[in-house]
Amino acid sequence: MLQVKDLHASVIDADEEILKGLSLSIGAGEVHAIMGPNGSGKSTFANVLMGRPDYVVNSGSVTFDDEEILELMPDQRALRGMFLAFQYPAEIPGVRPWQFLKAALDARREYAGEKALSVRDFSKLFDGKVEAVGIDPDLVKRSLNEGFSGGEKKRNEMLQLEMLEPRLAILDETDSGLDVDALRIVAEGVNSLRSPDRSFLIVTHYQRLLNYIKPDVVHILVNGRIVETGGPDLALTVESSGYENYIKAAAG
Amino acid sequence: MTLATARGEKYAADFKALTESRPVPGWMSDLRQRGWDHFDSIGFPTARRGNELWKYTNLAPLERGEFGFKLDRQSQVSSDEVQQRAPWSDDWTTLVFLDGSYSESLSRVRTDSPVKAQNFADAGDDSSLRDHLAAHAVVDESAFTAVNTAFLRDGVFVQIPDGHEADTAVHLLFITTPGASRATYPRTLVLAGTNSRVSVIESYISLGEESGFTAPVAEYVLGSGAGVEHYRVLAENEETFHIGTTRVYQSDDSNFRSVAFSLGPKIGRNDIHTMLDAPGAECTLNGLYLTTNSQHLDNHISTTHAKPNGTSHQFYKGVLSGDSRAVFSGRVLVEKDAQKSEADQKDLNLVLSHGAEIDTKPSLEIYADDVKCAHGATAGHTDPEALFYMQSRGIDEETAQAMLVRGFASEIADTIRVDALREYVENVIEETIPALQAAAD
Repeated sequence: MLQVKDLHASVIDADEEILKGLSLSIGAGEVHAIMGPNGSGKSTFANVLMGRPDYVVNSGSVTFDDEEILELMPDQRALRGMFLAFQYPAEIPGVRPWQFLKAALDARREYAGEKALSVRDFSKLFDGKVEAVGIDPDLVKRSLNEGFSGGEKKRNEMLQLEMLEPRLAILDETDSGLDVDALRIVAEGVNSLRSPDRSFLIVTHYQRLLNYIKPDVVHILVNGRIVETGGPDLALTVESSGYENYIKAAAG
Repeated sequence: MTLATARGEKYAADFKALTESRPVPGWMSDLRQRGWDHFDSIGFPTARRGNELWKYTNLAPLERGEFGFKLDRQSQVSSDEVQQRAPWSDDWTTLVFLDGSYSESLSRVRTDSPVKAQNFADAGDDSSLRDHLAAHAVVDESAFTAVNTAFLRDGVFVQIPDGHEADTAVHLLFITTPGASRATYPRTLVLAGTNSRVSVIESYISLGEESGFTAPVAEYVLGSGAGVEHYRVLAENEETFHIGTTRVYQSDDSNFRSVAFSLGPKIGRNDIHTMLDAPGAECTLNGLYLTTNSQHLDNHISTTHAKPNGTSHQFYKGVLSGDSRAVFSGRVLVEKDAQKSEADQKDLNLVLSHGAEIDTKPSLEIYADDVKCAHGATAGHTDPEALFYMQSRGIDEETAQAMLVRGFASEIADTIRVDALREYVENVIEETIPALQAAAD
């Protein structure tokens, strides 16, 4: 589903590369985790995949369903089925979550050649998901993410994930700053959406989230490159021994 | 000194024609004369250096007298067209003025309400009209108030009896019709009795594309404990010169709440002053302005706290595009006796193009020592984080930007409590967003 080959990227107008030849491949229905120390390039990778304009890709390729996507605008990537759950979701003043998701879902359905949902059908779907994700119904009457707590923002990201049903969901440190209850909600959301044609890329610093979401593949990212790939047990190894050895090896 | 040159002669000839037309009560013709004399002596302000209030505003076409005052009505307009183009609800009392002249046939006056809304001519020699007209917007305060007063003819006189809580709005609709460019001087006086409640909408609409000059003056007088919701809609065409003056006099514990919605004319000014002249008075002055191309819009918003325990809020927001320029000049004056006053001022701007310019100057002038005051202003471009966030959900950049503009504007639009008016304003915002985006970069 997703093929990343020798990806090099840096912050726009900066010389130093953050991603220095990253390669990986995610098959349909697989859950991959990327773990790594601070500054290893985890978040950069997640954002480059989605096309954040602050980064520039110097070389390499990324294909989604065999289509090269690096030249596509972020909305075009989203319409093809990609989704990024943000570490720090932006606040959107004056735009209510309902409005926002209606516009997003309309765009997606139009792209897929489907008719837009009626307001009634959309509301039904929306209200159901709001309840399932455990968001305070008063919250979704406010401006999107404005004045939301960290946990509320993450729940709201899960609401969007569930509403938009992407085929590749990238979770950028969704677990950071979450208490156990919120963590469980994120995990339940992901687990309930797991299916043979939907894949996940979970970016995290800690192994904690992986107690709840069992990955098929774990990658260790250090200094802009994948330094080791393994099964779920690799996460536990990192949890007990830390990233020190990898960092030393990468430096050496 | 009188206006020399061709321009002076044009205004003088128009004034002479007016004084020889339909007779008015003696006090009104005296008032006109005072207005004329002052206008004649000072003329229009010029955009010269050092003239801070007008330094950005080129009024040369007014100086040249391009827009004449006409006694005749320009053209016939259908009820359907008015109701389509202007804010409208059948529930309201609406007084319609076409090119400055009262149109009885287009107006809808509710007879089941104790609120009295009538044309000056129908008010006869009412003593409260005589006492209050030009008592709050005084002729020597500016050339525009002076010229408006000189050309007093038709206008609205609204009276809300003591203790009456009006459940429907009063709408004062000033329309310029297609045809020759002309000057109009709409005039409004609203007297809100003790503990009365009312919503008053002033709207200024053009049906044609011609340039013109509109210089309205509105006076609001709030009795003790009165509550007035004031809405001002400026939606004239892009070629118009519109210089609007609103003067508000507030008694003790009265509350004046205003929302001014302005689309950019060629040159526009929304000048509101509230005088809190008794203890416990409160005013909230909200506004939203949308400008593009080479439009210029100036918001000159000021409040005087003259007595203790007054509260004032100023909250304006602007969306600017193209090479437009907007000014927010907010002033709060807290006089020595006005202890325990509270005042806040805020002006926030969303700037969509590099050619647009906002000059925002909130200012506090405080002579009392026990007061709470705060002010702030910002100007910024569309938030790139927000844009990326929205795009990452499949919303294209243009749609995302439109949603952000709509969201930004909604904070003010949402404060309109008259439903049919809020819907009208939301529609106008919706229709204006593509023009703002077309001139964005």
